[in-house]
Amino acid sequence: MNLAQADRPTIKWSWIGDNSDKIFARFIEHIELTVLAVAIGLLISVPLAIYAYRHRWFYTPLTSVTGILYTIPSLALFAFLLPYTGLTVQTAEIGLVGYTLLILIRNIVAGLAGVPPDVREAARGMGFSSGQMLWRVEMPLALPVIMAGVRLATVTTVGLVTVTALIGKGGLGFFILSGMRTDFITAILVGSILSLVLAVTVDGLLVYLERRITPWSRSRAGQRRPAPKTQSSIGPRVA
Amino acid sequence: MDQLTAVWEWFMMESTWRGSGIDPGILVRVYEHMSMSLQAVALAALLVLPIGLYIGHTRRWEFAAISIGNFGRALPSFGILGITFFITTALDVPGILGFWATFTALFLLAIPPILTNTYVGIKGVDADTIEAARGMGMTEREILTRLEIPLAAPLIVAGIRLATVQVVATATLGAVVAWGGLGRYIVDGLARGNDVLLLGGAILVALLAIVTEVAFGVLERIAAPRLTSQKKRVVAGSRSGQLGPAA
Repeated sequence: MNLAQADRPTIKWSWIGDNSDKIFARFIEHIELTVLAVAIGLLISVPLAIYAYRHRWFYTPLTSVTGILYTIPSLALFAFLLPYTGLTVQTAEIGLVGYTLLILIRNIVAGLAGVPPDVREAARGMGFSSGQMLWRVEMPLALPVIMAGVRLATVTTVGLVTVTALIGKGGLGFFILSGMRTDFITAILVGSILSLVLAVTVDGLLVYLERRITPWSRSRAGQRRPAPKTQSSIGPRVA
Repeated sequence: MDQLTAVWEWFMMESTWRGSGIDPGILVRVYEHMSMSLQAVALAALLVLPIGLYIGHTRRWEFAAISIGNFGRALPSFGILGITFFITTALDVPGILGFWATFTALFLLAIPPILTNTYVGIKGVDADTIEAARGMGMTEREILTRLEIPLAAPLIVAGIRLATVQVVATATLGAVVAWGGLGRYIVDGLARGNDVLLLGGAILVALLAIVTEVAFGVLERIAAPRLTSQKKRVVAGSRSGQLGPAA
């Protein structure tokens, strides 16, 4: 692809048309990298968060470790991994997954802790085992808070995927990087704007999904009842 | 393990710290990194704090504050840097290559968290308390400076911390647009396939980000000593929602 074809501060619309297949391929790559990271992040976070919810001592060390991971700048995290995993998808994914953990774990625990005690009491009275209680009562009721975490994790990941251009992946970040290297604003804008559009769209889709899978919370959202004070019950540890 | 030994040896060399030839050394790079980051946050805070106070106090332009917050969350920092880099080179802005591009990008990134937290903090002050203050004859100005700002201080400081940690992280990317800072080691390590530089730089950048976070934690405790009481702790807990995107 010929990126170095203009260094005037004008947008070359024809370039977008000429390269639409490449743009589309990178767009798909961006989605794949994001979905994979959030999915793996959830697979790791759900059991850890459930354990931390049941054994409170585990919560502080867990969020401390994931918090440190979250604080490490993305380029540094990728740099740590590069000598071992090289310019591979693994390097990108390990880093991206790492950033989802703190957000997901905190929201899952907060969601579970926000389940009203009388609901839990009623379920126990009905003879629910602790497993049944978790998957049929607590997790469904925690879903709105969990979904808020999934949304934040996803939007964050969409942004971070662009940085992986520096380690040979990048999705739409590829265009940002190559645009920088060749002084070509069209590519930079295509990469930035599409990634922004992707973040906003995915966020909207997740809101829609949440409404679909938690129909009971719809009326609550409509009536603007105060949100459950879930965060306060997990202790003073903050961002 | 050989690599880690090599990194250790790299850290033990005096020239690594004090520089040699065109390499200015770690000390200068840390200084560049931090002075750039802190100046960008300071300028953003200077401009945005009054706006956040105004919006929170008057409840006007709330939509703008919320939109900027959401927009800032979705905008990729790497993309902002690309755009500012292009604009500064197209305009032939004088100065070190990449300096203004990085500075502008960091400045822009610092705005949303500071604005959102200031506005939310001021807005969140208990309406009854304000009503009581008004009943006691306090002027709007007094209500803002003696009631709302002190009560919102923990959230406002948290916003500045969030902005600073993000800016320090993103300043690493400045090396991609030819600026310095600690990202230089990572970008050069990548370009030359030098794992020692790469790992050394990654350690330095990670440490700097963690130190910034911890330092602000201390600052927050100093800024809001009342947070230690049991009741306020609940307020502090509710701040855990203020987690920003990683950069």
